[in-house]
Amino acid sequence: MDLAFLIAPMAIASLSAAFAALVSVTDKIVNNYGEAVINVNDGSKKLDVTGGANMLVTLAENQIFIPSACGGRGSCGECKVKVESDIGPHLPTEIPYLTREQIDDNVRLSCQVKIKGDVDIQIPEYLFKIKQYTGTVERIRDVTHDIKEVYFKLDEGQTVDFRAGQYGQIETPPYAKVKERTQRAYSMSSKPSDNNHVEFLVRLVPGGIVTTYVHEHLKEGEKMKIIAPFGEFYVRDTDATMICVAGGSGMAPFKSIFYDFVEKDKMEERDIWYFFGARTKKDLFYLEEMQKFQDEHERFHFVAALSEPQPEDDWQGETGLITDVLDKYLKSKISADAPKEGYLCGSPGMLDACMDVMRSNDMSDDKIYFDKFA
Amino acid sequence: MAPDIPMFSLFFASIFTSNILLANFLGMCSFIAISKDINSSNGLGMAVVVVLTFTASINWVVLNYVLIPLDLVYLRFIIFIIVIASVVQMLEMIIDRVSQTLYLNLGIFLPLITVNCAILGVSLFMEIRQYSFLQSAVFGLGSGLGWWLAIMALAAIRKKTEKSKVSAGLQGAGLTFITIGFMAMAFIGFTGLLQVQ
Repeated sequence: MDLAFLIAPMAIASLSAAFAALVSVTDKIVNNYGEAVINVNDGSKKLDVTGGANMLVTLAENQIFIPSACGGRGSCGECKVKVESDIGPHLPTEIPYLTREQIDDNVRLSCQVKIKGDVDIQIPEYLFKIKQYTGTVERIRDVTHDIKEVYFKLDEGQTVDFRAGQYGQIETPPYAKVKERTQRAYSMSSKPSDNNHVEFLVRLVPGGIVTTYVHEHLKEGEKMKIIAPFGEFYVRDTDATMICVAGGSGMAPFKSIFYDFVEKDKMEERDIWYFFGARTKKDLFYLEEMQKFQDEHERFHFVAALSEPQPEDDWQGETGLITDVLDKYLKSKISADAPKEGYLCGSPGMLDACMDVMRSNDMSDDKIYFDKFA
Repeated sequence: MAPDIPMFSLFFASIFTSNILLANFLGMCSFIAISKDINSSNGLGMAVVVVLTFTASINWVVLNYVLIPLDLVYLRFIIFIIVIASVVQMLEMIIDRVSQTLYLNLGIFLPLITVNCAILGVSLFMEIRQYSFLQSAVFGLGSGLGWWLAIMALAAIRKKTEKSKVSAGLQGAGLTFITIGFMAMAFIGFTGLLQVQ
């Protein structure tokens, strides 16, 4: 049989194989960054790592968890790290998240920077407190039609040390069409004293990877990875009047803060105004708990407002956008002279709108606290 | 047999008189897309020089030592593309290692060099004109330099036109096309100097 027709395929196959081999040899040489040393805070920690991966992941592998609300996609700008050695100019993907001063100080987004050699970095000490936990889902409860309260029990011997108001990151396994492990940030709604449990309020975001998992796949008894605590959102220890505003699952940090206050007898130490905005009555939750706080503590005031009350809601309380209600109270019921601090938790749009209202009522930006998740 | 052309003439001709971009109109897509920014143009220009020089030489070896002896010249398109793709792949890894900024600036256009018409065009000219190995290498290098020169010139002109007042209908791509047309005419002026086939 004449096998000459095989010459062409053989020739193509062997040439392709030869070039593929050449490419993979190049890959081995070029993408081998070898061992590197990350020198954290002038030698307070020295990490021996393998180069090639980005700094965020490399640090996480070494139990240092830089906050990252977006999970390393370069869209939240949270994972800033000050780099003291020269690792090249800032990348176009970093610039939008950095201020002029930060660029001059060589602050970098750790999720965008590859470890290519030894590097010296500076990170705040509190980051060393952040740990990775494993927990079992002890209880899942629907608090509204689209918000679930998820209560985790941490594994034996693990306790989490956090300040009321801070957030944690939940990691979900690959499922359905999602091929990789995904992390998203949620405020912790449990009390700090309940330190072998963590609770989150998760609102279903259509198309959201982690929220869809929590709402449709997560079962009681399932194990999950949690990284905590993160964030600058906690109550400052002053006498200023607290103006708290939340919407939807933004209730979470305030639940933690108020229960913490009750436990530590702090409810009577300062005036607290808590504004909670929702669309209709079915979006409201924890009303009884908040009402109870108000009845038992003279200086605690709870104001819920519905923007679109339905006839069947039979709503007697405030109506309108939470920002309008906030504005009204700031102008009429809350003493204008008292020093005030703003605490906000909700959607980015709500945060911006509340900031505007607070500013227009003479509250200064550096006294308004929030964590912006992107 | 290889045509008898002095090396310098071939080199000069491939840069100026038969510039791969402005005389042959090959490699237009990335030429127009990347020339917005001078730094990226420079990077891509250098990348094209490297890819062209290597692919023209490697393809000459493959053509003369594999395809012609085995009587497989009709497979040249497939083989040339395989060679080009692997060279670009290696170059991509090297650029990623050497300069992250350049890597991100070039973005998708770096892997797209694979299907840059100029690259395959040079290999095919090399085959049609029956260049020798050295001639192929010089022709590849010269064409690459010509492409680099053209994109740098266009990037510089676009930097100027960006700041000037242009009527709305001509802004962006429209003015760029007209500019390229004028540049091509200018380069055609060189063709009287030297004709290389």
